[in-house]
Amino acid sequence: MPARLKDFLQGLLIPIILLVAWEASARAGFFSAAILPAPSAVAAKWWISLLPAQPIDPASQSYVGWMFSGELIQDAISSLYRVLTGFVIGAGLALPLGLLMGARPTIYRLCNPLMQILRPIPPIAYIPLAILWFGLGNPPSVFLISIGAFFPVLMNTIAGVRNVDNIYLLAAANLGAGQWTLFTRVILPATMPYILAGVRIGIGTAFIVVIVSEMIAVNDGLGYRILEAREFMWSDKIIAGMITIGLLGLALDTAVSRLNNHLLRWHRGLDQ
Amino acid sequence: MSQIAIRHVHKSFAAKQREVVALRDIDLDINPGEFVCLLGPSGCGKSTLLNAVAGFSLPSSGEISVDGRRITQPGPDRGMVFQEYALFPWMTVAQNIGFGLEIQKKPADEIAAKVGQLLDMLHLKDFRDRFPKDLSGGMRQRVAIARVLALDSPILLMDEPFGALDALTRRNLQDELLRIWSKSGKTILFVTHSIEESIYLADRIIVMTYRPGTVKRDQRVELPRPRDPSSAEFNELKRELGRLVMEEQQRHAADEMQVAAID
Ligand SMILES: Nc1ncnc2c1ncn2[C@@H]1O[C@H](COP(=O)(O)OP(=O)(O)O)[C@@H](O)[C@H]1O
Ligand SMILES: [Mg+2]
Repeated sequence: MPARLKDFLQGLLIPIILLVAWEASARAGFFSAAILPAPSAVAAKWWISLLPAQPIDPASQSYVGWMFSGELIQDAISSLYRVLTGFVIGAGLALPLGLLMGARPTIYRLCNPLMQILRPIPPIAYIPLAILWFGLGNPPSVFLISIGAFFPVLMNTIAGVRNVDNIYLLAAANLGAGQWTLFTRVILPATMPYILAGVRIGIGTAFIVVIVSEMIAVNDGLGYRILEAREFMWSDKIIAGMITIGLLGLALDTAVSRLNNHLLRWHRGLDQ
Repeated sequence: MSQIAIRHVHKSFAAKQREVVALRDIDLDINPGEFVCLLGPSGCGKSTLLNAVAGFSLPSSGEISVDGRRITQPGPDRGMVFQEYALFPWMTVAQNIGFGLEIQKKPADEIAAKVGQLLDMLHLKDFRDRFPKDLSGGMRQRVAIARVLALDSPILLMDEPFGALDALTRRNLQDELLRIWSKSGKTILFVTHSIEESIYLADRIIVMTYRPGTVKRDQRVELPRPRDPSSAEFNELKRELGRLVMEEQQRHAADEMQVAAID
């Protein structure tokens, strides 16, 4: 434990030095607060945005509901909802398609050219089409996110299936496994390390896309909030929003990495 | 009547520039309960023959039948133990052992009972919920053996199963295998390149030639069990078989030199 604590403190060193330097130069008046506010001002703004704006109204809301009614928390929930919905749709389509394309050369030959054409198109480039098709609100945003999540999961799943060691297939055939068992009990778990690597990339992409899509199609969420703050030149609010985006991204990535460690606890690379 | 009948089996592979004849005109009859070793230097077609019996890769011509039925695909009536264990790393020891029965849709309590019995038999009880990555090579091979024993197949196919193990673990597992074999009466077809291992284990040793793979010698081993590798008879046979294997080994070496010269 002391070693880990030491690592942790060491990791804090540079951020603290930067914060102190930043705070000091802000107070010394090196730049205007409208351009770069002091970190203390950002922290204050962040804290205020986190708290409920209105006093509790027991008639219309529960205590927990009130606790989470702060603007920043509401925005974070909206963004997270879009990321997860979009991701589930994108990855949910990519996974079975990837398994089939990896395992069946005919399906690969049929689908691969289209995938190779679509894959390099950044999800952002779909924005006009998304708005044309889905209007405004959550649907276009979720659509863009699912595109962002789809390709990393697809490509990794295909690569994973193709890398399944033939000996597992032989062993399973020897034990009498049929097609379905082979797929669900051998190919799928053998591919899991690749799939989860794709999931991690996919979640990362989804998170980028959600922020961009919120700047265009909706009127809440963290991406919307920092753009809105720019209109009023509230730079403290912009930075507070950015920090929230960073924290939410970190939380998501940590969650995926935990899931990864749990699902791959059998995996050689993970013993410690 | 023989249990495994191998008739005029040929197998060739298209390698670059030339055709490799891995097996030529193999004719063998293996009786129920027999412990047969396929012996020869690496590259002489032992695995090819075993894989043909397993149904992983069928002969180019000729035929192999078990109990009169021609083999066309792999199946749980011929349990295979691989040199590289081939355990499913995402399954625990118990799940690996029970997988074959699960495929056969046996009821859960029956599977649990059988798995428990095999864990006992192969001294794996303390490892039941471990993953293969946590096991030593010897332990992994025990699990692989338990996994095919669970199938209760009349025939066991083993491809250099102890090749990667240290000498002590190896002897240990050989004794265990002999114990299981004598109790169960299974037919075992066992590939090895170790002359000593083949004499220690087999009723019958098939010495193979190198490219093309043919039967060079079909040798019965009449020594009483447990066999003593330091006894005079054991060593006499060892010298005799050693001479045969060495001839093939030399052809192998000459062949390698020639290939190196072409490349
Ligand atoms: N899939 C394959 N493709 C081409 N050549 C092969 C293949 N499998 C085996 N061979 C060749 O067939 C011969 C016999 O191989 P194998 O049965 O693996 O030998 P052993 O198990 O006795 O070491 C070798 O010369 C090997 O190079
Ligand atoms: Mg071999």
